[in-house]
Order: sequence, then structure tokens, then C-alpha cells
Amino acid sequence: MEKTANQRAWFLVLPVLLLVAFSSVIPMMTVVNYSFQDSFGGNEFFWVGLEWYRELLRSERLWDALGRQLMFSSIILLIEIPLGILVALCMPKKGWLASLCLVLMALPLLIPYNVVGTIWQVFARSDIGLLGRFVTDLGFEYNYAQNAADAWVTVVAMDVWHWTSLVALLCYAGLRSIPDAYYQAAEIDQASRWSVFRHIELPKMRGVLIIAVLLRFMDSFMIYTEPFVLTGGGPGNATTFLSIDLVKMALGQFDLGPAAAFSLMYFLVILLISYVFYTVMIASDKEEAQS
Amino acid sequence: MASITLENLAHSYRPNPQGDSDFALKEVNLKWDDGHAYALLGPSGCGKTTLLNIMSGLLEPTRGRVLFGDQDVTAASTAERNIAQVFQFPVVYDTMTVRDNLAFPLRNRGMEQAYIAERVDRIAQMIGLEGILGKKAQGMTADLKQKISLGRGMVRDDVNAILFDEPLTVIDPHLKWELRTQLKSLHREFGHTMVYVTHDQTEALTFADKVVVMHEGKVLQIGTPQELFEKPAHSFVGYFIGSPGMNFLPVTIQGCTASVHGESVELGQDYGQPDGELALGIRPEFVRLTKDKGLPIRINRIQDAGRHKFVNTRVFDTEFNIVVDANQEINADMTNIVLDPDKISVFHNDWRVEGRSAN
Amino acid sequence: MSLRLQDVSKTVDGLLHIHPVNLELEKGTMNVLLGPTLAGKTSLMRLMAGLDKPDTGKIFWGEDDVTGKRVQDRDVAMVYQQFVNYPSLSVYENIASPLKLQKKSRQEIDAKVQEMAELLKLTGLLDRKPSEISGGQQQRCAIARALAKDVGLVLMDEPLANLDYKLREELRIEIPRLFAASGAIFVYATTEPEEALLLGGNTATLWEGRVTQFGPSIEVYRQPADETTARVYSDPPMNPVTVRKMGTEVHFPNGQLAMLDQETAQFPDGEFHAGFRAHHLELSGDAEGNIAFETKLIATELTGSDTFFHVEAVGQRWIGLVGGPRSFVEGEALTVSVAPQNIFLFDKSGTTVGKLCADPARAGA
Repeated sequence: MEKTANQRAWFLVLPVLLLVAFSSVIPMMTVVNYSFQDSFGGNEFFWVGLEWYRELLRSERLWDALGRQLMFSSIILLIEIPLGILVALCMPKKGWLASLCLVLMALPLLIPYNVVGTIWQVFARSDIGLLGRFVTDLGFEYNYAQNAADAWVTVVAMDVWHWTSLVALLCYAGLRSIPDAYYQAAEIDQASRWSVFRHIELPKMRGVLIIAVLLRFMDSFMIYTEPFVLTGGGPGNATTFLSIDLVKMALGQFDLGPAAAFSLMYFLVILLISYVFYTVMIASDKEEAQS
Repeated sequence: MASITLENLAHSYRPNPQGDSDFALKEVNLKWDDGHAYALLGPSGCGKTTLLNIMSGLLEPTRGRVLFGDQDVTAASTAERNIAQVFQFPVVYDTMTVRDNLAFPLRNRGMEQAYIAERVDRIAQMIGLEGILGKKAQGMTADLKQKISLGRGMVRDDVNAILFDEPLTVIDPHLKWELRTQLKSLHREFGHTMVYVTHDQTEALTFADKVVVMHEGKVLQIGTPQELFEKPAHSFVGYFIGSPGMNFLPVTIQGCTASVHGESVELGQDYGQPDGELALGIRPEFVRLTKDKGLPIRINRIQDAGRHKFVNTRVFDTEFNIVVDANQEINADMTNIVLDPDKISVFHNDWRVEGRSAN
Repeated sequence: MSLRLQDVSKTVDGLLHIHPVNLELEKGTMNVLLGPTLAGKTSLMRLMAGLDKPDTGKIFWGEDDVTGKRVQDRDVAMVYQQFVNYPSLSVYENIASPLKLQKKSRQEIDAKVQEMAELLKLTGLLDRKPSEISGGQQQRCAIARALAKDVGLVLMDEPLANLDYKLREELRIEIPRLFAASGAIFVYATTEPEEALLLGGNTATLWEGRVTQFGPSIEVYRQPADETTARVYSDPPMNPVTVRKMGTEVHFPNGQLAMLDQETAQFPDGEFHAGFRAHHLELSGDAEGNIAFETKLIATELTGSDTFFHVEAVGQRWIGLVGGPRSFVEGEALTVSVAPQNIFLFDKSGTTVGKLCADPARAGA
């Protein structure tokens, strides 16, 4: 009797398994296959073993892109997390102002990635862009298409503008879940504003902060559309992050083999770093809970 | 330390309160004497938490004044009032050790290190936290956390009062007794004015010297547990204190005799000839089942609770509970009850009236 | 129809959660599972409901083996400690929801809902949402929904634990009435001995996953088979005292003596555990035939109708219970006494040996 029930459950899971197989497992296996072969003209393949991997690990190109990528992710995490917390702390707790804030904060999140790129491409142009002109008029020499540092500042600003509200909204939800009694107790204890933040708000936001850091890290590590639209990875290779480099290699140069090896290593790097992040944060969480 | 006076206090959560029903708290006059342990007892929604929050300064009353000693503090902030409060759910600073939690209010006030250390050790010893002072508060059980909250409430010796808002709600039933006892001994040791809000009669009666019973935004009675049990000032107090509560029968009264649907009941005192809505009240413990004399009853149900029996009956149209000894046999021919005249209270429009001595 | 558990046990993470249990619950009976938190009451109920599968043993519903049958296919309803209602449905729709699933006609549903509302005093509240009624009314609604199904087995897991005492008092009186009207098997879990007694019917006492005794409630209360059952069925816990049996005499640590009847005197001499309930600790130290103790008062607790007093006696902590609010001075000396016929005697394994004898002619005291 109960056995039929169990098997029926498997049938229900089957469509999802098939879908996952076709959408990710099989394409992924093709990539694995490509990464061990060389191709000429698109349909002649030679087995080259680990050659592409060896070459990639020796090439400066990958290491440079990886370095830029790590740099970018660290910078935006360092800006967006504190800024998001600050914004969340400043948001009104209730009333129509709170609702208005929530809507305004959600707006950037609703804009498609390539539109964000386009907006900033125009916004920051030093000849006609509002921001670009303003900065130039202030006497700074600013041109993201020519100057690597300017390009970086623009890409970072774009990401911060696009994603800080996500961090802020997550933190806001965390803050709202703190019972009033904590604030009342702190008032009675004459705790300073800093103590309230350090000992009440921050610990209570811990859970959502872990999620915010993970989401922002993974997402920024895979950034593609915005810098591509803005500068196409330039000037030079200044904003050529891993994904842009990968596409250049695969589509621009049609080096299917190295590109496949590249994407697999890319995937492994993300997986590895996310895993390390996750275990470190969860472990410290548990340790806190048990001590 | 100081006495606390509440003068003509009323509070409404609506912006423009009109009628009586808009007020969560209706016209309260109370004086909390310095150094006593009080309980504010009432069902949920009776206004007791509102009253507590007005005293602690978290709410500003719509009308009336709050005095600490002679000083009007109605508009003063919580910090200025110099009070401590323990909340329904434990409030601890998770990232700090138990020691730092206890020391926190003292450090914020810039006390000396030596004084803080001595004070924290003493409090920890009294509530049994001395063994875990070095541990982080995070991940501790609810009752340990609530102990820490209690400790933080007690740690300052200069507070005007300590307020408790249903502090044992989250505590495991078999640990409640321990914490309640500790609170009592802390009160004896330090002599703070304490106000304890609860809906649980056991907590209120066990903790307090004097219990304030509230209902629908009004204070009905302030008294010792004995007074509330024996002489409830209002029929609600009679119903609310005791389990089962007091029985009430609508009556008419002539001097020392009450009449229920034509049957007369002897009273312990002379009440003259009152008019208005009258009821006699008697506790289930003071009623005797008999065979022939007294008020006629119909027995609905008998429940044997081991140490005594609960007999649920009807007297005319009114439900009436009786508690009898476990060893007493209840026979089918027990059709009447006799009420102990000295234990009968008379209520006039729900308020208890005192008669004159019968002789 | 009866519900029969045959050698049913449950293991969770390698630990025996429910020791093999045999129980037979007859149609139209009230059965109370009495035990402290974590004694296994909820686990046993889940097994009865079919929410969990036992690791060993079988469960019979009448003659049918229903051991592996899913809960949906069984004839059960459950009421929880939390008030579980559909928040977006009115009280009426909440009560009607199981009937709609049973594909009843609209008239039938309406008649049943009205009947249930009448029984549980919800008639005026049928249009309200659960959030608009009090906690007691929410639990009434949950009970009405469970009873509307007209099932053979109604499981109630501490249904009154989250209500304040006045509402608890009220519903405690009503539940036996509801049960009588339904004719189903009721299983009711509680931690409170008094609640078990007030509900009547049968009681199964549970301790650490074991059913220690099963029988008519008042009998289990009056004649517990062993020390564990006596402890579970006493609130506050039984007051312990260690005594020495010598022939027909029993010696208390303070030198007092009591007698045993012929049958109990047969047991071998030696140390025995004895125990008595709180309300048997009398304040009259000199009562005829009682065993008196000099004690020191430690604390008191007032519950409204009663006063608990905690005393220290013969190196033990005892709790006594007297009617009405009383005031004692903490630390004062108090002479208390116990009538011998209220003292249980347990042997080393914990089995009840008998009670002491209320022989007025006890010599040598």
C-alpha cells in the first residue's frame, strides 16, 4: 500500500529531473567534452587531453582577468554592504514614508542589466552626459572610454547604484524583525547609539547579511552585461572581467576548446569561493550559537 | 528610590478619543509605596500593560500625571526616570558575555570598575548565574536568558522602581516556581519598589504583597491575596480570583435575609433594605450539599479531581459550582445546598457592599 | 470499533522514543495520555493518527490492520496546542472545510456547521475571521472543525495549554460534554494530573516513552502501580521519605512509627521508599493517628483558591497544599503531619507495595 505511494512521488519528481538534465547537465557535459579537444573549422575534433588547461594556467590572460574580477567583487562588497546597512538604518520604520522608501529602493532592481549599462553609458559621457559634464565642469579630467581608472570608477558606481538597494532591503527586513522590547531595554540601560547598533542591530541582521554577501559576491563575480555595454571591457583590458574575457575567447576568436576549459575553471572558482564563504560564515554562526 | 503616584491617568490609542470606550485606560488613581512588591493582575486587554508603559515612560498618557516622589515625570523620558524593566521575552545582548550583559547598564552610567565587579558578582550569585558569567549569552535557553534579563534589571541599586511585564511567559512551567521564588528573595534583599504585570493569578498572588486587579481599563481592587479571596470589591474580582471562581445569585434583600426566587438565605450581616441590582456571592468551597434544607439545586455533573470533587449544579436559572471533600459521598437525594452565612458577600451593581454587624 | 496498538514502538536517531506499547481504546471512551513534557505523548498520538509509522508492532482499527495506512485515508481528526485555523476563511468556512472535502451537500454542510457552532458557542461569530476572535474562541473553532468531520478517532494534543486559566476552566468543563455527544474515541494529551482527573475516562501515564499504567483515571490516581506512575499523577510531585520496615512496623527517619497490614508485612524487611501527595500534608500536627514532623517553612505559593507551602523536613523538601490563601512567615517552624493511610510504600524496583495502615492501636509510637 505505502509502496505505491512512494513510487508515485518519484514520478512527480521525474519532469524536474528531465528538465534539469536537458537544461544544465547535458550542456555542461558538452562543455566538458570540448575542453579536452581541439577543433578546426567547427566540426573536426582532436583529443588534446589537459593541454588547454595547462595553457590557460600558464597564460597571463586568465590570471589578469581573475585578479580584476576579485578586485571588483571586493570593492563593491566593501562599499555596498556598509552603505546598504546605513541606508536601512536611516529608512523610516513605519508610515507612508516607509512604503515610499521601499518603492524607490526597489526601482533600480527592476531595471534590466543592459539598460543599466546604457543609462550609465550616456549619463557618464563627458560630452553630453549629465554626470560626465558635471564632473568635467568641476575641473576633473574624466573620460571612462579613455582612462582605465575612470572606467573602473564608473563600473563600480554603476554596480553600487544598481545593487545597494538589494542589500538595504534585506537589512531593512532584518531590522524590522527586532522586537521593540530590545530598543526599550537599551533605552532603559542608557545604551549609546553605537552600542545599540553593535550589540542589537548587527547581531540580529547577521542572518540576512550572510545572504546579502553571498548573493552580491556571486552576482558581481559573474558581471558581464554592464561593463560590456559601457566600454566593451576597455579601455584596453581594464574592465575585461572573467565573463567578458570568456566571451571574447569563445565567440570573438572561436577558440572553443580553451573557452570550454576557461568556463569550467571559472565555474569551479565561483563554486569554491562561494563554498568557502558559506562554510566560514555558517561555521562562525554556529560557533556563536554554541558558545 | 521613591513612591510612585498616578493621578487621574487615562490613555487612549486613538488620536481624538470621544466616549469611554475609546480609552484603553480609564481614570486611574494609584499610589505605589516605596519598597513594596505589587502585582497588576487582569485578563488580556484590561489595560495593565498600557499602565506599565506609562509608568516606564514608553507611553505618554492622554490625561493625568505621573509623580515619582514629588516630582512630575509625566513628560520625562525612560532614561530620565531611572527605572529598570524586564520584558515578556528575554532581552539579552547576544554578542556579550553574561558578565558584560549584567555590567552593561552600570558601565553606560560610568560606574567604577570595582563597584561594577562587586555588584555583578553579587547579583549573579543570587540568581544562580555565577557559573556561566564568562559565557556568551547567544544560544542559551529561554529561561537562562530571562534570568540574565532579570539580573540586568536588578543590577542597579539606585533605580526608582523595577517593572516586570509578564516575565515568566516563556519559562518552562517547572522552572517558573524557581524564578518566582528568586524574585521574591531579591525583593527582600534589595527592597526595590517592584511592579509585576501578569494575567496569571498564581504569579500575582505569590509574588506581591498587594495585588491590583484591573478589568476593562479600570482598577477594581487593591488588596492582599486574602482580601481578594474573602472580600472581592467587585464581582469580577470574585470571578477572576480562585478556580473555580465565586458563584453569584441575583437576590432581593431584607435586613439579614436574602431571597432567591422566594427561597430565603440567611446572611451574616444586616444590609438594610437596598435597592438596585443585587447579587449574593459565595465561593464554591463554602457551600454544603444537604438532603432537605436550603436552596433547591439540580446537579449537572460531578467531577472527581482526586483531592476534591467539583459539583456543577443549577440553582433556578443560574450555574453554580460547589467544591466538596474527596471523601464525601454524593447521593441522589442531595437536592439542596446551604451557604455559610459568614462567607457570603453582597454585591450592589457589581460592587461589594459591607453590612452592619447582625446583632 | 476500537483502536488497538500491538507492541508498537518507535525509534528516532537510534534512540527508543516509544517503548513497545500495548493499548486498546474502546469506542466511545475518553483516554487521557498523562505525562510531563517530552514523555512521548505527542509521538504516541502521531503513531495513532498515522502521521508516523511505527518501527515495530501493528495498529488495528477494529479488525483492520491500518499500520501503514496514510493519515488521509484514516478516520481521524486532530486538535493542537496552537490554534490552527485557516486565517483567510471565516469561522463558518473553517468548520465547513472538512465537510466540503467530503463532498457533502450544501444543506448537510449548513446543518452540521450550525450544530457544531451551537455546541461550541460560536453561533454569533460565524462570519468573523479567526484573527477577529479571542484565543479561546479560536480553539473552539479548531475543535468544531475537528468534530465536524464525524470521525472515529479524535486526538487532542494539549488543546488548552495556550489558554489562560479562566478559559481553560470553561473548556475543561465542556470537553467531556462534547465527547459524550460525539461517540468517538477521544485521546487527550495533558501534563496536568488534575485535568486528567476532570476529564474522567481512562488514563495512560507516560514516562520517558513508556506507558507505565493504563486504566480508569481515578483508579490509576488512587492506586498507582509504581513510583513513576505516582509521580506522574501528582502535581506537585509526591513528597518522598525513606523508611525502614521491620516486621509489621515502619520506622520514619524522625523516629515515628506506623503499622502495616498483614499482606504488606509479608515483604522482606529493609529500606523502602515512601511517598504521599501534597494535599495529604496536614497543618494540624497533633491530629489523632497521624505521623507528625517538625519542619521549617521555606516558601509559599498562592494560586487563588489554594496555598502551596514548601517545607524542609527530615532532610527532604516537601510541598503541602491547603485551601484558601494563607500567609506563612518564611523560616518559621511548622509542625505538619500525614495520615498513615495516605502514605504509599514502594520497593527498590519502584513497584507499589501498598499503603500504610491507619491502625489507631499502633503501639510504641
